Amino acid sequence: MVLDLNVSIRDRSNIPIIDLEGEIDVYTYPKLSDSLKLIFEKYPDTKDLIINLGNVRYIDSTGLGVIANGANQIARLSSGVISIINATPQIRKIFDVSGLMSTNFALYDNEDTAMSRIQPQG
Amino acid sequence: MTQSIQITLTIPSLSDYVGVARLTASGIASRMKFTHEDIEDIKIAVSEACTNAVQYAYGDSLGDITLVFTILESALEVRVKDQGKGFESSVPIDSQAALNDPDKIGLGLGIVFMRSLMDHVEYISTPESGTNVLLVKNLTSRTDIN
Repeated sequence: MVLDLNVSIRDRSNIPIIDLEGEIDVYTYPKLSDSLKLIFEKYPDTKDLIINLGNVRYIDSTGLGVIANGANQIARLSSGVISIINATPQIRKIFDVSGLMSTNFALYDNEDTAMSRIQPQG
Repeated sequence: MTQSIQITLTIPSLSDYVGVARLTASGIASRMKFTHEDIEDIKIAVSEACTNAVQYAYGDSLGDITLVFTILESALEVRVKDQGKGFESSVPIDSQAALNDPDKIGLGLGIVFMRSLMDHVEYISTPESGTNVLLVKNLTSRTDIN
């Protein structure tokens, strides 16, 4: 069982994608926070950001707080949104319970579905 | 009358050890044959209680967080206690209120999760006397996979 969080950043059609693996809690969330900061520096005008939770087995309020703050930031910077992909049913439940779904992020089943809904950039 | 079993775990108020508390909760709930979904709910609630203690109880000092797991015939009770500074009752307890106060979003959401995922929650926090959280999950359906 992975108690750490591995973060990697890539882009597809100039849309930044964060791939996460492991658990997001009070110990590991700074890695996600740092990666969001890096992306907003590298892609200051992006209107879309994808976070891939396919290999995330656990997320709690600290992780959701970071994503919610990231969503607020991208909305402020570019009126953009964060797309969450590949979330497990348990993680989808956490998003539902949080009551945060009405803010600036959307959930998609997979990367291709998210990309098809996102206006291509550049 | 069935005797209850208690398991006590004390962790330092460091973020590194919240995962240890979570794994312990998972192991006990699994032993009690909670369903996978219920085990995940218990893990999150226990983790949230510990996270609040790590982030708010002792400031920059180090203290203890004590978890007492009580295994009952039809429920798991978890008490999460610290002897930290406690907090006033103005903490936001819904996610929208928490969003309006970014410094407390984690705490606000944490309490929302505990209340939403467990069957009964008591949250007693007194300034300078610490915080005592009771989390109860009823064993309404068991998995027989084990």
